[in-house]
Amino acid sequence: MKICTIRELLDARIITGEEQMGAHVYSACGSDMMSDVLAYVKDQAVLLTGLVNAQVVRTAEMMDMHCIVFVRSKEPTPEMIRLAEESSMVLLATDKRMYEACGILYSNGLVGNKVKKEPGI
Amino acid sequence: MSDVLSFRFNVDGEDFTSAGQASVQVKKDLRRLGLDPEIIRRVSIAMYEGEINMVIHAGGGQAEVQVAEDAITIILEDKGPGIADIEQAMQAGFSTAPDAVRSLGFGAGMGLPNMKRYTDYMDIQSTVGVGTRVTMRVDIPQ
Ligand SMILES: Nc1ncnc2c1ncn2[C@@H]1O[C@H](COP(=O)(O)OP(=O)(O)O)[C@@H](O)[C@H]1O
Ligand SMILES: [Mg+2]
Repeated sequence: MKICTIRELLDARIITGEEQMGAHVYSACGSDMMSDVLAYVKDQAVLLTGLVNAQVVRTAEMMDMHCIVFVRSKEPTPEMIRLAEESSMVLLATDKRMYEACGILYSNGLVGNKVKKEPGI
Repeated sequence: MSDVLSFRFNVDGEDFTSAGQASVQVKKDLRRLGLDPEIIRRVSIAMYEGEINMVIHAGGGQAEVQVAEDAITIILEDKGPGIADIEQAMQAGFSTAPDAVRSLGFGAGMGLPNMKRYTDYMDIQSTVGVGTRVTMRVDIPQ
């Protein structure tokens, strides 16, 4: 799914990353707990979250994600926008709540990620 | 060739907002060295969780990352309260983090298990009242 399609489906505003609207992403996850996001490797490209602090952007950066969608009208801080720009990450904001936003993307074909744990535990 | 490149960071314990800066920097440095993205991801996630732990549980500390040809080693050292029961701390879901930390997206008790999972070797040395030293290693397949 293209990032611009995510924007349309969620009726989201682009906070930063306009030039990357044509990029393709293949999976997503939704969570307010960053350690849960960090628990599963493998190309989750989009993070939907209701949490707003710099750690959200750093977590996405650690996971090599391309796009963060803030749900429930949450507004990222200037510091977060700066961090996202440094890592060429797209930030979107939607009025929809987490459950609805995830449901819309999922039912339009943007799947979650098979829970695959790294070996070693 | 057995050159070891090492990066050192001061991790500020005063400010949760800046927590993770060292890990973001390491990620950039490792990318510049042209290492495999999967290896970089594992190193930076493990270090990030460890760095966050130093900030929320220990008031900050020191981080060192050593890059050798066959492995990347991360050493995190703090003078925080220490961990009384390491086995318990390692259990998924165990956390002493206050609710304030949980509302910031951490404190799910997944940090240490994540660190263990993403690395090939992990060792915790800790003395209550003195501090904690976490050593992690990610091997680079030759
Ligand atoms: N550097 C540290 N200094 C003191 N205690 C620590 C440190 N790192 C971890 N701990 C202890 O181990 C517990 C589990 O850590 P972790 O799995 O990262 O979960 P969380 O950080 O979400 O609480 C923490 O709640 C804390 O009690
Ligand atoms: Mg932790």
